[in-house]
Amino acid sequence: MNPVRQRRLWLVLAVVVAAAIATTLVAMALQRNVAYLYTPSEVLRGEAGERARFRLGGMVEGGSFRRAEGSMQAHFRVDDGDATLPVVYTGILPDLFREKQAVIATGRMQGGVFVAEQVLAKHDETYMPKEVADKMGVAHKKHDVQTPADKAGTQ
Amino acid sequence: MLPVHILPELGQVTLILALLVAVSQAAMPLAGAQRGRDSWMAIARPAAYLQLVLVALAFAILTHAFVVQDFSLRYVATNSNSLLPMQYRFSAVWGAHEGSLLLWALILATWTGLVARFSQRLPAAVISRVLGVMGLVSVGFLSFLIFTSNPFARLLPAAAEGRDVNPLLQDPGLIIHPPMLYIGYVGFVVPFAFAIAALLDGRVDARWLRWTRPWTNIAWGFLTLGIALGSWWAYYELGWGGWWFWDPVENASFMPWLAGAALLHSQAVTEKRGSFRAWTLLLAIATFSLSLLGTFLVRSGVLTSVHAFASDPARGLFILIFLGLVIGGSLLLYALRAPGTDGDAASAGTPFVAASRETLLLANNLLLVAACGMVLLGTLYPLLADALGLGKISVGPPYFALLFVLLMAPLVLLLPFGPLTRWQREQISRPLAMLLPWAGLALGIGIAAFFLAPYGRWKVAAGLVGAAWIVAGTLRFVWTRFSASGNRFTAEMLGMTLAHTGVAVFLVGALLVEGLAQQRELALRPGQAVELGRYVFRLEGVERLQGPNYIADRGSVRVLRDDAPLTTLHPERRSYASGGQVMTEAGIAPGINRDLYVALGEPLGGGAWAVRVHIKPFVRWIWAGALLMALGGFVTAGDRRFRTARNRVAADSELEPASGFNVDDLQPEVVRR
Repeated sequence: MNPVRQRRLWLVLAVVVAAAIATTLVAMALQRNVAYLYTPSEVLRGEAGERARFRLGGMVEGGSFRRAEGSMQAHFRVDDGDATLPVVYTGILPDLFREKQAVIATGRMQGGVFVAEQVLAKHDETYMPKEVADKMGVAHKKHDVQTPADKAGTQ
Repeated sequence: MLPVHILPELGQVTLILALLVAVSQAAMPLAGAQRGRDSWMAIARPAAYLQLVLVALAFAILTHAFVVQDFSLRYVATNSNSLLPMQYRFSAVWGAHEGSLLLWALILATWTGLVARFSQRLPAAVISRVLGVMGLVSVGFLSFLIFTSNPFARLLPAAAEGRDVNPLLQDPGLIIHPPMLYIGYVGFVVPFAFAIAALLDGRVDARWLRWTRPWTNIAWGFLTLGIALGSWWAYYELGWGGWWFWDPVENASFMPWLAGAALLHSQAVTEKRGSFRAWTLLLAIATFSLSLLGTFLVRSGVLTSVHAFASDPARGLFILIFLGLVIGGSLLLYALRAPGTDGDAASAGTPFVAASRETLLLANNLLLVAACGMVLLGTLYPLLADALGLGKISVGPPYFALLFVLLMAPLVLLLPFGPLTRWQREQISRPLAMLLPWAGLALGIGIAAFFLAPYGRWKVAAGLVGAAWIVAGTLRFVWTRFSASGNRFTAEMLGMTLAHTGVAVFLVGALLVEGLAQQRELALRPGQAVELGRYVFRLEGVERLQGPNYIADRGSVRVLRDDAPLTTLHPERRSYASGGQVMTEAGIAPGINRDLYVALGEPLGGGAWAVRVHIKPFVRWIWAGALLMALGGFVTAGDRRFRTARNRVAADSELEPASGFNVDDLQPEVVRR
């Protein structure tokens, strides 16, 4: 075999082996680290049941936020227009966390309460995460929330 | 004297003129180069300069509108406010979609102008094609600006007061972060345009490649600076104390960085040895395409990210079509015209065996590209799953972290071998013998660190082993160069040494901060204290403070080390007057070997405040490492060889000797063409 051919063969082999290893690793890593997004009504219907850790998306229900004086533990309810779910979170909430605004919490269900490890609210107070907007479908209209699409229409 | 109030209309006209100039800059020289018409090709340079002048004028007019607070412009009214301090009025120009696109266009025009200026010695047909391709990209961006995101749109009647720029962006770091990032992103248009020109011409000439190398290095250096600034800003501004989140928007800038790093190395091989020609072209196309994809991901709002802003679906569609045209078109051209598929020796370059520097650089490229592909997959997987109806998912940071470490570990292992291994053919035992003592030293340091570290042992040990190994191996290379007489130490080698040392410094920072960081999050009343390691943080009190456009709660936190007073930190929680957004300003005591970091959360009632305290060992090394890498890129670009290369008429088939040192045992050069 001439050196050029031989080199090509090695190259192709290296690429195939690297691709195979990479695909396996990526598939494994993806499987373990993917978190699904559910709304409260989906959770109550049991759709999130078998997946221990997931993301809960919806609106923070007005008047639902409470925190014992001097305590880091916050309680609030997340609402998708059809159902609500109680959430508990211990720690500093994001700066933009507000009642009646969109929120995505990551965590798991424990005894009917969603225990959040992480709470995300968004940079822009009029911005609604697209996936939450999609998920809530008609529901967000009940709450008079602007979605990106509405916003574009009114500008 | 022109009445000032019609300036925005003038800006609009200027932009449209710039688009027309870009169209002619694309059409005439490309057609001229294809048909060999000198007069058509001669349009390229003047058109490039004219376009730069016009876009710069439009940008100046928009900046003027921000400075004088012209709230009759919708873009100014939504992104400025009469209370906004002057320095942020300048940065507010690129604080949102329209202005940042205009900045994109301005930087593209600037790169084009520079290419036109510094390409005097390139053949007319080459430079015409290059400027023509850059003109095409410019047509895409300027029409995007004019048709979907006009920054000069009027708001009638004019608003009495502006809505204010996002408070997150009112920060010195954010004044320079986007321009740096964009200079990097857009800079990859130069190798891209050269790749397309080479494909159109059907030849990859080592001389042109030598000419593009400094441009790639400079673009990559700026991208490195931009990403580092973004990371530093997120660290002190978001109040979480993290420096990288594997957020889609961060990934969007990281992908072209990885591809660009691969491109730098592959270009060096092609320029010096003639190998990897087709691969270098493909990487140049991929790197710029990833820059465009990054812009698309950030601007279209298709991904959930802490950085995403409200966005318009029509814009996303436009960028998607543009992206499809650029990537699809260039890959089609590549498939039709790429060199090396016919197996002739001229396009394959100098042959090399498995044990050679070429193979090591090939491994470098495969690893970097695999890392880039892994990030791409993780970033786009949620979109893909959504499109396939698999549910709304997100990919967590552990995915990226795990795979990135797995892919980068072999890169770190192989890195010191690269510069010490000869081109073409090498006895494996030679570089191994040179590096063996240093491997021992690195392992020794790692073992010591493993037993000395109070916790996070594996990370600390891995970071120190990797860093010591790279530094020792790189110094070994420097020593080899200086000890043998008659060897030059070129700027290119200095740049490489700096960048590789930067990787080591970064490793120390990244792994030590991951392994040794300490954090507490708790409720504190004034007078109460929290102990963390050797430090005690005591909340002295919280006071109200009036800023120019915000009201802040400013905490005073007394820090003691081993019971001796060290410093007082002032974390703030700002509430901005317009829009009522709340922002955290962390109080940080920086240091070479550790940062003390305090963030103030919300009031918890009863006089208590939520407080987050971090100790971040060696966190500054992360950005210092990035600075070194960027510096390495800039120094390399300044190598004399790239400048003198333009003078050599017969440089066509000139290749670097097979090794910088010890050339006696090598086969004769294969003479091409």
